[in-house]
Amino acid sequence: MTTDTQTRKSETPATSQYKPVDGLLLEVEDLRVEFHTEDGVAKAINGVNFDLHEGETLAILGESGSGKSVTAQAIMGILDMPPAVIPGGQIRYCGQDLLTMPEEQRRKTRGPEISMVFQDALSSLNPVFPVGWQIAEMFRKHRGMNKSDSLERAVKLMQRVQIPAAKERVKAYPHQFSGGMRQRIMIAMAIALDPAVLIADEPTTALDVTVQAQIMSLLQELQEERQMGLILITHDLGVVADVADKIAVMYAGRIVERADVFDLYRQPAHPYTKGLLESIPRLDQKGQQLAAIGGLPPNLMRIPAGCAFNPRCRYAQDICREERPELLTVAPGRESACHFAEEVLHG
Amino acid sequence: MTEASTIAVSAETGAAPGGDVQQDKPRSLASDAWRQLKKNPIFWVSVILIALFVLMAVVPQLFTSTDPNEAILQQARERPSLDGPWFGRDIQGYDIYARTIHGARASILVGVFATLSTLIIGTALGIIAGFYGGWIDAIVSRLTDIFFAIPLLLGGILFMSVMPNDQNTPYLVVVGKVVVVLAIFGWPGIARLMRSSVLQVKPNDYVQAARALGASPWRIIRSHVLPNAMAPVIVVSTINLGVYIAVEATLSFLGIGLTPPAVSWGVAISDALVGIRTTPHMLLFPSLFLSLAVLAFIMLGDAIRDAFDPKSR
Amino acid sequence: MYKYVIRRLLQMIPVLIGATFIIFYMVFSMPGDPTAGMCGDRGCSPAFVAQFREEHNLDDPFPLQYAKYLGNVVQGDLGTNFRNQSVGFELEQRYPITAKLALMAIAFEAVIGIIAGVLAGVRKGKFIDNLVLVSTLVVISIPVFVIGSVLQYYLGVKMGGQIFPVTYDSARPLQSLILPAFVLGSASIAYVARLTRTNLVENLRADYLRTAIAKGLTRSRAIGVHALRNSLIPVVTFIGADFGGLLGGAIVTERIFNIPGVGGFLFTGIRNHDGVSVVGTVTVLVLVFLLVNLLVDLLYGVLDPRISHD
Repeated sequence: MTTDTQTRKSETPATSQYKPVDGLLLEVEDLRVEFHTEDGVAKAINGVNFDLHEGETLAILGESGSGKSVTAQAIMGILDMPPAVIPGGQIRYCGQDLLTMPEEQRRKTRGPEISMVFQDALSSLNPVFPVGWQIAEMFRKHRGMNKSDSLERAVKLMQRVQIPAAKERVKAYPHQFSGGMRQRIMIAMAIALDPAVLIADEPTTALDVTVQAQIMSLLQELQEERQMGLILITHDLGVVADVADKIAVMYAGRIVERADVFDLYRQPAHPYTKGLLESIPRLDQKGQQLAAIGGLPPNLMRIPAGCAFNPRCRYAQDICREERPELLTVAPGRESACHFAEEVLHG
Repeated sequence: MTEASTIAVSAETGAAPGGDVQQDKPRSLASDAWRQLKKNPIFWVSVILIALFVLMAVVPQLFTSTDPNEAILQQARERPSLDGPWFGRDIQGYDIYARTIHGARASILVGVFATLSTLIIGTALGIIAGFYGGWIDAIVSRLTDIFFAIPLLLGGILFMSVMPNDQNTPYLVVVGKVVVVLAIFGWPGIARLMRSSVLQVKPNDYVQAARALGASPWRIIRSHVLPNAMAPVIVVSTINLGVYIAVEATLSFLGIGLTPPAVSWGVAISDALVGIRTTPHMLLFPSLFLSLAVLAFIMLGDAIRDAFDPKSR
Repeated sequence: MYKYVIRRLLQMIPVLIGATFIIFYMVFSMPGDPTAGMCGDRGCSPAFVAQFREEHNLDDPFPLQYAKYLGNVVQGDLGTNFRNQSVGFELEQRYPITAKLALMAIAFEAVIGIIAGVLAGVRKGKFIDNLVLVSTLVVISIPVFVIGSVLQYYLGVKMGGQIFPVTYDSARPLQSLILPAFVLGSASIAYVARLTRTNLVENLRADYLRTAIAKGLTRSRAIGVHALRNSLIPVVTFIGADFGGLLGGAIVTERIFNIPGVGGFLFTGIRNHDGVSVVGTVTVLVLVFLLVNLLVDLLYGVLDPRISHD
């Protein structure tokens, strides 16, 4: 657990030892995460696969409890273990498996290589340190910079994320900022060391609608500028539409559908996605009743046999209660884990 | 998740419409806490210890038939042994076991009555201040500050030294004085706790609604304020009980509490310190009992706190 | 900030007046003769009694007595006791010793208490955690005069007083105070350890700690800087609030180790039924207690930027 800060300080600003091959940054393969609690084992993630390339934005969509945040935390390596256990799978960053990497080596990837923005910036920032200090800490601890240089860099970053009067506010504390400004500070901290992968876990959920749009466009801008791979985790279909390239829809710890944004919106290939889209209020259907998905997400300690979605699915047949559908290609660039994907897609 | 919110939730279940609050609470905070407590071995250990000490205080004859005031000078300083007096004898030839058993009474009396008095004074003043607010609150709060500014032991020393005891002062009078001084300087903590509990509950909709419906202040206090505030007050009072026992012994040690012909742990320890070199057993047993009594109340308070604090689950 | 300090100081005035009134009332207006017991078993001579009552305005109506006393206190005159010692002068001589004792006790509280609390909190549920929890409970439940006497015997007397002098030795004042300060702080060390542990455990679950790990900080930095800094805020408050208990404990400790501090003076005053000394000493102690509380509140504002004193 202890590391010698002295040796790290002598480190020169490093060029990364990680090189993506063909722009491939991240490969998640058959990832499983369980939570072992007093009441039993909750299977939070049950075999998730996806890739992430440079400059690509992958949106992971799902209700709470679908496993989307746990996926993000597993990639970041910030799950509390125990109670979390990772019984299987690989998370390869530039070809190296993060899960089997020595902890000290993995720690050094957090920040310079992979970085994360959290949902609630107020509780995610340390209340007793000035924001500039918290951003500058990245430079001091990873790059060995001194106090004044690192603070100067912090001011520049705060300017980059469009915080007004950054120079004056660098010494202010998190509670002295508005919600949107705090999230900008989180983002500044996350991009400080130019990471290749940025994970944003519901970055706008806690914010006002107008501010949401600003934060999303800032993220998009930064991503294009730095060609980062961006993983955007959200439960809000509206947020992802403009930003994401690909969307993975998660349900009960599995990806149930994966597609390009445009295709998925136009023609969902999984009943769950279809249900989600139908539950969005639309102006052209004013006066009609909204179609909400009936029922509740499954208890992760007792995931239904067969397809986890079957109790809530209007397409469900006997096969759905017996056999778990695999995530299969149903059309070019379209994958769905449904026995009746064809019917859903064309129905 | 927070303590306040859970307590607030339980208050809502407590405010069953029209009915008597005490009935029909299938999963109130109190019964939840009780189920939690039952599982906690520390709770049972402290309860058993406390029961033993209380029994010792009430009927010491159950534990020993030896007269604590019977001195056998020839056997003075006798070491503890299984066939003689279990805990040995002190410099004056008293049976230490008998004296330790009989000594429980002073500590338990002081602890119990000082706690009850602070509870009554503190709760009453805290509720009045919090509930009525305005100038009443201002006066009571300043009064609380004033008494809070005098540390307990300092107040005790002062009080006991201006009303000195001598060897002829009856036992119960001395115990009564200690109770009075602990009550005088111990209530502000409870009052502050009570006041903030009231202020926390008062703005809630169900209290406002009860007021609007014309419920009397007493009824609102009884059915809404007290159930909420009781948990922290009980925890603090239980721990204080241990503190009061220690203060009583300290006053005896300083020579201004109970004095020699009286049998108490504080007096026994004070006497024993003189001969710590030759008769360490004189010190050991009363200290052990005193510490166990204090410990039992602190552990009980801790256990109750854990049971009421959902964060610890 | 300045406004806050001034407001707090102003608020302190009624509290101080009230507290001294209670003290004064208890000593001089209770039934009974304040000179009783002053002159040993034979009783005081009528001349002495008359002089005493005259000097302390005891024949004035009570509010006037108090007003006169308070007037003197404001001018820094705490009165003269029956041995013709100036209480103010005595306290001035003794205060530095008690202050050293209290500061050393607080240092023990802070250093040992926080280290033990951190060790326990970081290894929650493990052996060291249970060890700290049990041993602190034991220390809390043993009264300070027992701990003091036992340690005095085993670390002082038995070791010949070389390392820890048995009683106060004015030739080596600081060394003489180490053991007494540890004894005085013992219960608070235990409380600080428990409080640090509880708060640390809570802060280890906080979102900002997750951020600290996600920033790629070492575990020791995340805990030692980010979590600890937050965990210590209530600990500082406790140390301040506990200061009153420390002053009370100092009387006991100074008595055991025969330290010529304020506590010893107070104790002698009690034993000789010397009301003037007792009132003066307690008044000063209460004043110090209130000032320390103010200081702690200000410090709280510095430690926790969310608290505003404007």
